[in-house]
Parts: sequence; structure tokens; C-alpha cells
Amino acid sequence: MKKTIILSTLLILFSLISSTTLVAADTQKTLVFSAIPDQDETRLKQRFSGMADYLSKKLNIPVKYVPVKSYSAVVTAFRNNQVQLAWFGGLSGVQARLRVTDSQAIAQGIEDTQFHSYIIAHHSTGLKKGDDLPKGIAGKTFTFGSKGSTSGRLMPQFYIEKAFNKKTDAIFKRVGFSGNHSRTIALVQTGAYQIGAVNFKVWDKALKDGKVDLEKVSVIWKTPAYPDYQWTIRGDVDASWGEGFSKKVQAALLDLKDEALLSKFPRSGFIKAENSDYQPIVDTAKSIGLID
Amino acid sequence: MPSKPYKHSAAWNVSWVFIFIAVGSLFVADIEISTFEPWGELSRFFLAIFSPDWTHYKDIGDAILQTLAFAILGVVFGCVVGFALALVFHWRLVRTICALVRAVHELFWALIFLQIFGLHPLTGLLAIGLPYAATFAKIYAEILEEGDKSALQAVDPKTSVISVFFYARLPDLWVHFKTYTLYRLECALRSSTVLGFVGLPTVGYLLSSAFLEGNYTEVWGLLLLFYLIIATIRYWLRPKLLPFYILVSPFIIANDSEISSENMVRFFTEDIIPTPIRNGEGLVELGQWFNELFLTQALPGIANTLILTQIALVITAILTLLFFPLISSHFFKQTGQTMGHTFLVIVRSTPEYILAYILLQLWGPSMLPAIIALAMHNGAIIGHLIGRYSNEITLRIDTVKGGNRYFYELLPRLYGQFLAFLFYRWEIILRESAILGILGIATLGFYIDSAIQDLRLDKAIILIVITALLNVVVDSISRRLRSRLRLKTAVECS
Repeated sequence: MKKTIILSTLLILFSLISSTTLVAADTQKTLVFSAIPDQDETRLKQRFSGMADYLSKKLNIPVKYVPVKSYSAVVTAFRNNQVQLAWFGGLSGVQARLRVTDSQAIAQGIEDTQFHSYIIAHHSTGLKKGDDLPKGIAGKTFTFGSKGSTSGRLMPQFYIEKAFNKKTDAIFKRVGFSGNHSRTIALVQTGAYQIGAVNFKVWDKALKDGKVDLEKVSVIWKTPAYPDYQWTIRGDVDASWGEGFSKKVQAALLDLKDEALLSKFPRSGFIKAENSDYQPIVDTAKSIGLID
Repeated sequence: MPSKPYKHSAAWNVSWVFIFIAVGSLFVADIEISTFEPWGELSRFFLAIFSPDWTHYKDIGDAILQTLAFAILGVVFGCVVGFALALVFHWRLVRTICALVRAVHELFWALIFLQIFGLHPLTGLLAIGLPYAATFAKIYAEILEEGDKSALQAVDPKTSVISVFFYARLPDLWVHFKTYTLYRLECALRSSTVLGFVGLPTVGYLLSSAFLEGNYTEVWGLLLLFYLIIATIRYWLRPKLLPFYILVSPFIIANDSEISSENMVRFFTEDIIPTPIRNGEGLVELGQWFNELFLTQALPGIANTLILTQIALVITAILTLLFFPLISSHFFKQTGQTMGHTFLVIVRSTPEYILAYILLQLWGPSMLPAIIALAMHNGAIIGHLIGRYSNEITLRIDTVKGGNRYFYELLPRLYGQFLAFLFYRWEIILRESAILGILGIATLGFYIDSAIQDLRLDKAIILIVITALLNVVVDSISRRLRSRLRLKTAVECS
């Protein structure tokens, strides 16, 4: 008995140590990237496994996509250098760049310079589309997307609070967070929430794919334009992969012409971005107290 | 001679106090079903059980291996560290630290470790291992304390401590250690699954994705496999196979993400330091900062957590009383009891987090899904224990039947044990109530999750500490009540 106990203790120690030090001995360092989980994971997987293949071919190094469960987890992984490149939303990108000095926004979708959120409503509310935010949304149940979303939270919250001059908690009967945009559409369509805020690109794509029943849910307002998604890269990648690496990644992104892959984002192409493009997001986030 | 006025027992009075608190809480609680077609969705969900989907069998297989590996290593870590701590459990400091560590739920630990280690396997390993170590320390210490000491007294005082332990104590206590550790492994499988909801690559990861996409057939594919694993635990978990499992598990959970000491240092010296201190502001600003956090988040969070806990506790009690006859030989014959057992095993194997998650998707975010989930899970656990306990009672051959047997013969005999288990689970229900906030109910977990999503770890940590303290307070009230009512619980209920 004594022997088995000693033996198993040794085994345990060994396995605990090895589990924390097991690291694949790669000859070439893998570039790891991630993205905010803004919609259905099946969709994200298709999109980013294609992206990993593309980047790997273009850059001639191994490239890997790691999926995560929350917006803040992407920011944390980026900050901890567990991912070096990320497809952020406007807000998460700002949060990440605030925490990793000399990280750079390098590319954005053509549509991301003029992004919008839609406010959508269940048919039972009887609300109709208007040029101004319909006041009838007050007193209804309302869902944002993720807590850290730009198009699903920050911007709609800002514009709704501006229109009513009140906090969202005080305007609506109930305020929830669906988790992502696909979920917001599903929840408003079933009437789980009466009103919701959703990324306009996700809505348009869902509509095109026949996933929206316009008899049950429809757009009642479109927010003014703001800058949103972008690729952000850490400043220290040049040290790991050689001088000019971040420029190379940028060039690879701008050079992406594969229609099939682009349609999964869905974007018509990528253009250059700079950190300063996102100043409006910084200002808005400060004004509603999402960043200090 | 004037007769003495009839006095109700203390247990009776305490029960009514709890019922009144729960009824009072119901008035302030939000228990509305807010979805437009809740029942259609519910039937869609349950119909999917007939067409479980295993198309992504590769992902599913991998997730199951991960779930098992994290659970096994977490328990191994927990029982090694816990055992060492149990030996010094008479030190007040160790006891206090263990109580605080235990008071923080695995999911909160995971959220903390995600900040420090990111996607590294240590996150999951410690999220399970640390709170489990604290629990093991307490229970192992109790086992050592209460175990048979007759062999110990017969030993020559000159014998070495190690020999004494291995030859005079362990043989008597071994079976207790083993039973409890095995029981915790079952819990760890649940914990490990649930950790998938915050990003660990376990079954919960796939489960939450499938749910978010409304793929109920895939959900059932996963749930059925999960029940199968739990139900067959005693077949695959053989002592002889254990070293093998322990050896391969690290290779299963290993991934290529690295941890840096820089991140760890930054977490402790920057991230969790309150913003006013980090910005070099004075005590006044710090006071304001804390005040705002306390009044706008902690206080409503505490109130909602307690409201949910108290309602869930009483409903748990009601369900327990309904559930236990299902497996009791006083009410059902063999076949009936087997069916009862199956029902209770399924209900209690489903982690309350997942149950609440399911109901929330179907009914919308109010306290109702959380109440039902907590009460079902805990009611099934206590119902099972009380049912087993009732089978040890022998009634007179000519005893009454049916309702009379239930109310006049069994209930009075079981009531003490029933209350003991309930009070024992009280603190566990509180911990779960806090956690369910992550799903969108405004308990403490909601504010903690929001702080983490906003990357305000300083606030998150303070809220987690407040949650832990609340837990410790409730635990000590429960202990006092149990000793006042002279109730004794078995360790198997934790």
C-alpha cells in the first residue's frame, strides 16, 4: 500500500508539472489570432479557418485561429500576448490598444468606416420604422448583444440615451444582454424581448440567408454612422517575426480579394486603418462610462 | 391541574420563519415569463431528444476527453493539496483561508484565472483544483477527526508519525476518503462541463454554442453523452486505471499557449488595484469609488442574491418532500424505485447552471428559471439522500398506508435529517444563486461578469470578495442553526 501511494504521488507530481510545461516545440513560431465572438460560432469557424489558411499562405508562417467565448477574453488574450492579431469591434479594439501600448489598428472593412446599428422590434409592439427613434420603445423589454459590443451595445445605448435623456435602465421595462447579434435577432423574433439592437451587417446577411421572418421582426430605426471593426496587431510582432512584419500582415489583409472569404465577414474588402480613426469610439465610450 | 400550553418545536418555528421570508421575497422578486411563445420553444426543445445529433463527433469526442481530463486532474490536485491542508486544519489561519477559497465558485475562479493565465490549461486546472482543495481540506479533516481512533491508542508512542498514519489510521479511514473523493469526482465532471461556458474546451463549450444557435438536437446529443458518462462512472473509474488516467490527462489538456510571469505580476500589482489608488488619488476619491460600487452594484446584487436563495431554498424543500418517496421502499416496489432513481439521477446530474441556462433561453430572463433550476437540482440531491435514509427506517408491520404513512410515520422521523441537509445546502444554493447572475439575472454574478466584460478587474475582485464574505456569513448562520436544532449532517451532502 505504501508503495502504491508513493508511486501515485510521484505520478501526480510528474503529471502536474508536465501539464504546465508541455509546449509544442515548433521550428517556426505560430502567429495566433482571434476575433470577438459576435455571432454564431459555426459561422465564425468557417470565416476564420479560411482566414488562417489565407494568412498562412501569404505570410509563409503557421497561422492559427483560437476561438473564445467573450469579447473581454479576446482583449485579455491579446494583452497577454497569447494572440498577436485580432479582429476587434470598435470598442474592444480601443480597449485592447489602451492596454497594449504601440499596438496598431492596421486594416478595416470598407463598410466599417460607415457602420450602423439597427433597432429591431417584435411585431406585437406595433412599432413602425421612422427617421427618428420611435418613442414607443419606452417601457418595452430590450436586449443588447454582448456587454462589450460596439454595434450591439455602445452605440445603440449612446443614441437611445441621447434621445430620451435617460439611462437605458430607466427607459425600458427590462434590459438584457443576448450574447451576440445572431442571438439578438432570434430573441426578438420569438418575442423573448420586444426590442433589440443589432449589427446592420449581421442583420442584412441573416435576411439574405432567409433566417429572418419579417412578419415577426423588423427594423424600426437605423443609427447614424460610426467606425467599427478592425484588425489590430501587437507592436512587438516585428521582434518575433522580423522587421516589417506588421506591414506584411497589413499588406496581406489589404490584398485579400477572395470573394468567398470576404463574403463570410461579410465585407467587400479591407482598407487601411489607423488608431486615430477610432477616436469617436473612445469619446462615446467615455461619455457613457464604459471606459475611464 | 392546568395543562401546560402546547409549545411548537424549534424546528417547526424555524421552518415557518424560512417560509415567511421566502413568501415575502416572492413579492419583490421578478418571476415573470417574458417570452412570447415560451411553451412552443419548450416543446421544440424536448422533442429534439428523439433526434440527438452527433455529426460533429470529432469535436464532441475531444470535448469529452477534455472534460474528463480537467475533472480528473482538478480532483487529483484538490485531494493532494486538500489532504496536506487537512493535517494542519486545526490552525485557524488555514481554516479561514479554506473557508474563503471555498466560498468562491469555480466559475468565478475560472474568470479570475482567465485573466492571469488566459487560455493556458492551468486556468481550468486551478479553477477546479483550488476550491476543491479547500473543500477536501475541510472534509478530510472531519474524517480524520471523527474516525475510529482505537488502533491509534494501541500504538507504541515511539512509532514514527508516518508509520502511525499509514498503519494505524489510514486502514480505518481509507473507505471514507475513497467514497468522498469519488463523489467529488462526479461533482468535478459537472464543474468541468460548466467551465466550458466561459471558454474552456469542455462539453459546456459546445453546449453553449449549440444553444446559442438553437441547435437543440446537438444539445441533446451532448447532454445524453454527459448522462451516460456520469451513469457509468463506476465502470470506467477503476482504481487500477487511475494512474493511467492521471498520466494521459495532462497531454489531453495541454495546449500551446504560454504563460508569462509578467502577466501574473501585472494582475496583482495593477489590474486588481482600485483605480483611484492606481491613479494616485487620495482616500476621499477611493471612498467615493468604493461607495458608488457598493451602492449601485454590490447592494442590489446582494439583495437579489439573497432573495433568489431564500425562495429557491424553500422550493427545494418542497421538491425534496415530493421527490424522496420516489425511491423509498415505504411507497414503491422495486421497479417503481428504479424509475425514481433514474429520474433523480438525471435531474441531479444536470448542473444547475445548465438547467437555468436552458430555462432562461426558453422563458426569458427573470428569477423564475433560476429558482426552478436550483430547486430541481438541489431537491433531487436531498431527495435522494432522504429517500435512502427513509429506507433504513423499519415501520410496524400493521402500520398505516399512503398519506397517513407519509405524514404521521415517516415525515416526523425524517424531518430533522431533512432540515439538516437543507441547511447544509443553503450556502451552496447561495453560491449558485450568485453564479447564475452571469446568465443575466441581477444577482452578484451579473455585476461581477459585467465588471469583467468591461475589463474592470478592480471592481470584479471586490465584488467577488463581497460574494465570498456573504457566503461565509450564511454558512456560519447555518452552522449555528444546525447546532441549535441539534442536527447532524453526513459529509456526503456537500
